[in-house]
Amino acid sequence: MQELINIFVKSIFIDNMVFAYFLGMCSYLAVSKNVKTAVGLGLAVIFVLGVTLPVNFLLHKYILSSGSLVWLNPDYADIDLSFLSFIIFIAVIASMVQLVEMIVEKFSPGLYSSLGIFLPLIAVNCAILGGSLFMQERGYETLAQATVFGLGSGLGWFLAIVALAAIREKLSYSNVPAPLRGLGITFIVVGLMGIAFMSFMGIKL
Amino acid sequence: MNNKKIFIEPLFRNNPVTVLVLGICSALAVTVKLEPALVMALSVTIVMGFSNVIISLIRNTIPNRIRIIVQLVVVAMLVILVDQVLKAYAYEVSKQLSVFVGLIITNCIIMGRIEAFALANKPIPSLIDGLGNGLGYGIILVVVAFFRELFGSGTLLGYQIIPNALYIKNGGFYENNGLFILPPMALILVGLFIWVQRSVTKELIEKK
Repeated sequence: MQELINIFVKSIFIDNMVFAYFLGMCSYLAVSKNVKTAVGLGLAVIFVLGVTLPVNFLLHKYILSSGSLVWLNPDYADIDLSFLSFIIFIAVIASMVQLVEMIVEKFSPGLYSSLGIFLPLIAVNCAILGGSLFMQERGYETLAQATVFGLGSGLGWFLAIVALAAIREKLSYSNVPAPLRGLGITFIVVGLMGIAFMSFMGIKL
Repeated sequence: MNNKKIFIEPLFRNNPVTVLVLGICSALAVTVKLEPALVMALSVTIVMGFSNVIISLIRNTIPNRIRIIVQLVVVAMLVILVDQVLKAYAYEVSKQLSVFVGLIITNCIIMGRIEAFALANKPIPSLIDGLGNGLGYGIILVVVAFFRELFGSGTLLGYQIIPNALYIKNGGFYENNGLFILPPMALILVGLFIWVQRSVTKELIEKK
């Protein structure tokens, strides 16, 4: 249990998707102009990461990683399908996003209309694929670990985008040098936020 | 638009990273050292060139509704090829790049150029557009990596540039700036790059 909490806290603060690895930057910068839409996109990311990571974990464990097909037939012990993982992961993510979209549309039209265009866009958000690839690279062992890692990374991304959106709302009232206006100052603000987040790095879990 | 213009535009004036804000994730994460940045720029350029050509060749046969999946499959296939080649011939660099080679699939520059250009143009201009945007992306990577490696480690491509005698531990006055190694510095450098670029080309300045 303690291990799961460690993974959770670590993926939110120390290995924050945005500040430590710059994942999902494109939508992070594009959709952070106001807090309301940022919250919508952040929630969608938490949800999709929480759903796709367990699925990809099972695929990785029972189909893709080297020698994992033994449960089908002991002769398959030396088959390594890990070169297929990119294409399988992205297919899972794209279809999961589609599925999530249909479910949300059916059962909660209110949430669906507030998320709008963001749901389909999540398929190409690199934080999602990055989550699956990190799960593979760091070798999480159980389904619970992978799920907790997914939810934690999503929550970290959520916090990051809401914080930036809040800062950008205030920033629009300040007098920024003209060439730096808009995109330039946003980059620098994200950089400074990243430096602030580095202070979590000292925590050993 | 003629081919030369298609090639030149994305290098500076219409740069995919600093003007169109595409593909930032990988642009920042692989720039601690110059070597992985060069490899990454090359990989992205190759994937983008080929994916643009392939999509452009089959653009009239793809049903509009499933085009995203088709594009993802084509890009993923090319990325798998690049990944396998890197693992075979440049294992060290491929380890440093870790998940970021795989993340070329979701690099928005590639999807963006396919959607905006390859779906509506002939293969040859698409190839040139892909290579031009790849190079435009590469320029930012190399500039950021140049400064980060020079100031952060005092080396370039692994060779010592700042003389060893200048370091404090050897009796000099110089110390590497550890801030440049940290991830946030890449963002700040890109921010400064945008500042310089927009001071030169005034029409890029955003309205208040």
